[in-house]
Amino acid sequence: MPVVEPEAYLAVASRFENIELVQAVVEDLLQRLELGEDDRHWIGLAVREAVANAIKHGNGGDPQKQVEVEVRIDAGDVEVSVRDEGKGFDPSSVADPLAPENLLRPGGRGIFYMRSLMDKVEYRFGAQGGTEVVLRKRIKSAAAPRAEEETRS
Amino acid sequence: MNISQRQVGDVTILDVKGKITIGVGDVAIRDAVQVALGGGARDILLNLIAATTIDSAGVGELVSAYTSVAHRGGKLKLVGLPPKINDILQITQLITVFEVYDDEASAVASFK
Repeated sequence: MPVVEPEAYLAVASRFENIELVQAVVEDLLQRLELGEDDRHWIGLAVREAVANAIKHGNGGDPQKQVEVEVRIDAGDVEVSVRDEGKGFDPSSVADPLAPENLLRPGGRGIFYMRSLMDKVEYRFGAQGGTEVVLRKRIKSAAAPRAEEETRS
Repeated sequence: MNISQRQVGDVTILDVKGKITIGVGDVAIRDAVQVALGGGARDILLNLIAATTIDSAGVGELVSAYTSVAHRGGKLKLVGLPPKINDILQITQLITVFEVYDDEASAVASFK
């Protein structure tokens, strides 16, 4: 995805009720792309999971710590990045929730849902701490306007 | 999120309305199941027909409720899954763990 300015930047305190706020903003932006309700729902759910992880695991539920969210929309792509102030983690150490021994564990499904609902999920870890998860989804309807412009030119 | 409890024969039915999500709905499910078990319930049917959405925390609470009820010798089953909640349970293969029914009468009869 080329570098594009964010459509939205949010910084919220680490409180669970702020997940609703972030999801509402993201889904509103997606509605402007005339995305279907299903696409909006699944992207919104993946963002929920990312923000919930940032609040709970990254920032340890400390409301003094912020979660930053940026939404970028380019023709055909939606990218949402979620940053926390935590110490980072090793994504490869997360247990497979589909393994029979993990199937009835109460937790550990958030990252799996993000990966299932989005096309790409990347983790970046800052030198000064903090984890950034970048979620990307290819959107057919968002690609249409650019294709139309290119045809005209 | 709102949960109400009713009884049909020996089956305790919990009607769940709204979001089963982190910080609100997930805790409500836990509390409602514990109250039902504390009141002597053995078999519990979670009616999700009016549930609007679920996230991984909510899914975790469904799993916890399932194991809590099983540890007491009962069964927890689901009825009326909205399509998106069904999809979420499919993704993590939990649809193979829970017994899921389309209608309440069939679900209640299955406990006998």
